[in-house]
Amino acid sequence: MQLTLWTYEGPPHVGAMRVATAMRDVHYVLHAPQGDTYADLLFTMIERRSQRPPVTYTTFQARDLGADTAQLFQDAVRDAYERFQPKAMIVGASCTAELIQDDPGGLADALNLPIPVIPLELPSYQRKENWGAAETFYYIVRTLSRPPADDRNGRSRPTCNLLGATALGFRHRDDVNELGMLLRQLGVDINVTAPWEATPDDIARLADADFNVVMYPEIADTAARWLERTYGQPYVAIPPIGVSATRDFVKEVAELVDVDPMPVLADAASRLPWYSRSVDSTYLTGKRVFIFGDATHVLAAARIAREELAFEVVGLGTYSREFARDVRAAARELGVDALITDDYLDVEARVQELQPELVLGTQMERHIAKRQGIACAVISSPVHVQDFPAAYAPQMGFEGANAIFDTWVHPLMMGLEEHLLGMFSEDFEFHNDATPSHLGGSATRGKAAAAETEDESIADVEALTWSPDAEKTLSRIPFFVRGKAKRNTETFALERGIATITSETLYDAKAHFGR
Amino acid sequence: MTPPTTTGAARAITNVDERPVLRERGQREVFCGLTGIVWMHRKIQDAFFLVVGSRTCAHLIQSAAGVMIFAEPRFATAIIGERDLAGLADANEELDREVGKLLARRPDIKLLFLVGSCPSEVIKLDLSRAAERLSRQFMPDVRVLNYSGSGIETTFTQGEDACLASLVPELPRAAGDARSLLVVGALADIVEDQFRQTFADLGIDNVDFLPPRLSTELPSVGPGTRYLLAQPFLTDTSQALENNGATRLSAPFPFGEEGTTAWLRAAADAWDVPERHFNAVTRPGRDRAKKAMERYRERLAGRRIFFFPDSQLEVPLARFLSREMGMELTEVGTPYLHKEHLERELPLLPAGVCVSEGQDVDRQIDRCFAAEPDIVVCGLGLANPFEAAGVTTKWSIELLFTPIHGYEQAADCAELFARPLSRREALAI
Ligand code: SF4
Ligand code: SF4
Repeated sequence: MQLTLWTYEGPPHVGAMRVATAMRDVHYVLHAPQGDTYADLLFTMIERRSQRPPVTYTTFQARDLGADTAQLFQDAVRDAYERFQPKAMIVGASCTAELIQDDPGGLADALNLPIPVIPLELPSYQRKENWGAAETFYYIVRTLSRPPADDRNGRSRPTCNLLGATALGFRHRDDVNELGMLLRQLGVDINVTAPWEATPDDIARLADADFNVVMYPEIADTAARWLERTYGQPYVAIPPIGVSATRDFVKEVAELVDVDPMPVLADAASRLPWYSRSVDSTYLTGKRVFIFGDATHVLAAARIAREELAFEVVGLGTYSREFARDVRAAARELGVDALITDDYLDVEARVQELQPELVLGTQMERHIAKRQGIACAVISSPVHVQDFPAAYAPQMGFEGANAIFDTWVHPLMMGLEEHLLGMFSEDFEFHNDATPSHLGGSATRGKAAAAETEDESIADVEALTWSPDAEKTLSRIPFFVRGKAKRNTETFALERGIATITSETLYDAKAHFGR
Repeated sequence: MTPPTTTGAARAITNVDERPVLRERGQREVFCGLTGIVWMHRKIQDAFFLVVGSRTCAHLIQSAAGVMIFAEPRFATAIIGERDLAGLADANEELDREVGKLLARRPDIKLLFLVGSCPSEVIKLDLSRAAERLSRQFMPDVRVLNYSGSGIETTFTQGEDACLASLVPELPRAAGDARSLLVVGALADIVEDQFRQTFADLGIDNVDFLPPRLSTELPSVGPGTRYLLAQPFLTDTSQALENNGATRLSAPFPFGEEGTTAWLRAAADAWDVPERHFNAVTRPGRDRAKKAMERYRERLAGRRIFFFPDSQLEVPLARFLSREMGMELTEVGTPYLHKEHLERELPLLPAGVCVSEGQDVDRQIDRCFAAEPDIVVCGLGLANPFEAAGVTTKWSIELLFTPIHGYEQAADCAELFARPLSRREALAI
């Protein structure tokens, strides 16, 4: 048993729902109790979809358990087929139905429906949402795809499939659009986008493309590997998030299908490089950032943070255990410890300990950062309703890099403002606990200090005393670096066996650690 | 949403108080009883709710609560893993260990509910024995109780019922036959304060509320106890109270001026409060409520409303909206129709309204489109698809999260239904 307050991922059947909901003419019959219908709201409320997800739940009750839940399931499949007339169906069990072992696949098969019926085996007690989505997509591709048509090479331009975008994904809607434009500009046409708005007929045509683009490895990796093995279809797996990654992506595609990347690279439409070099951005240098989310987005974010914004990545982690190895490797390169966990409290503790100036994470990290008074931008699922913006806001491609620059820099203090706060920390309007002026007032700053004191769980740190003058000096340090200053000073004192911290110690530590 | 087609499914028409009731058994689109934790964990301030379930259960609560984390929540899920499925002995050990860790971290917790889920019930993990075992270990600091919030046993608000029912055996036995009043069902604190004051003005003291705000303030119950249900979904709690000798005061539910007055009157009658005194005490509240509701009556009168089954508040709210707001009822769906507790409500519904129990969601959506209502009351999963199809909605979960009981909230209750209509009219896009 694992104690959980908040979860990063839902159960695997929610991943299957994300695939089914993204597609067209597909219906999912889920053997599940009534409460599991809550999952509909993720799509209709949080993503604001205007249609119910194409899911029929059997909603069996306790009294059905003794009787015939199998019959209930078959009726549900038959009724759903008649009512919704899908071109393909997927069937499976939720965590509870898995325990009663009704074999949805066999039961649906026995009905001899005139459409493909794809059984899912998603072990709910071992796996989670993204894995469920990947597995579902893989089953669908394996069942519905056909060998390439003969005229595959008759086309004048090369084609590719965009794989991995699902319902409820972080900016998938806009990434599909942005990436499509980028590829067409490069001279590559899109054969099929899937699961996003794909029909079963589209899946059948997947093998016609020259190659696949794995947009989100968490979801499309398994299917892309299978397509490669089966049809010899190569795939590109560099998520083009950030300027450099997009350039790498363009080059790899160009090489693969032998087109000239230069036109696209030359007029690269991203403002990020110039914005980042402009003097106003000097204040971004060395900002300490903590990154947590799914593997695709944290790997991309780490690279952008370091290479494109000159931040210092002080922590990196993911809840995608399937990709832990990649994240560990990236962390090693950055000289930090990777945090691989799906426990929200672990992440909170790490943020507390590191006192970064910016947190890049999911909606959970948004809450963690808010509570600790740290600036935050959302970079990965799971996200809430406000992270499905009305405006076009891709993460991928050159336009995506623009959107990233804006959303990451926005929560931070502006350059000059930071200096003024530092210089005139006792100005009554400019007080230490002020928030960035462009963000308006927020009551959370006071808590930052409180949170810092709670942090002293380590006995050694508890033994340290802060003299009144040191405390006063500390209080004059602007809030956005205060946590770090405090932590540095305490580390410094512990290392040198200093029991009472004075102003002197604080300045010595400052000299020792630099900014 | 999809156009209507019809297929045969389990349905039956039966009579309740000579009123035809459409009973359906098909796909339900209702949360399970775990959802009650979202408001119950705020109501009882020293209680913690530990769901023993799956990742789905954790995800449900998180989705229903909207991950609005202002403080560390007083609920969590112990997620059953593969190893627990392999051996129940280990599952029990694991549970004890997790509870131990939890209580060590939260010394402020005095009451722990182990909440059963579908998986825990299907694998027959006996939470009542676990609760006894843990109670023995942690008493007197922490009392450990259990109830089921599972979707195979409970819908949505039945979780609160199951929770309160599990508390009843813990209530101290009232000494003697002295009369006391118990108000049953979680109410907003402010509503509780208002009712307390009104009862005091009526001369009824010795009033308690279940659930109490603190688990250390459990009310006593005995043969002298008369209880008033503040919520219509408290079947098991009611039964448990009767077993302890308490007597239910039959009344409509305190929604709107009419409902609140009748509800208060049930208590006043039991306490022999003179009519003149009752009128003098309630007059100001009644007048205020009527006055405040006036402006919404203008908006709501003549509008057609359709209720999907969700909170079990449907029948009393339909009564309020039809009688006091002049709305026209099309279908009033409820997950469960408790004839006895609604005995004073059902006769107040206009003739000809379709009352339905249970659900077959696709067929009900067809009926809803056919009825052409002006506003639909439904769960979160259905709301946006209806709005996108041009149908105004009110999400029912809000009815549990907003104070709507009593005189001072009568207009607020009406406003919840008026706002979506006003909004649609205000929007020029
Ligand atoms: S219906 Fe059952 S399995 Fe689903 S969330 Fe509710 S208790 Fe958990
Ligand atoms: S903000 Fe989120 S949780 Fe709150 S009502 Fe909207 S969708 Fe639900």
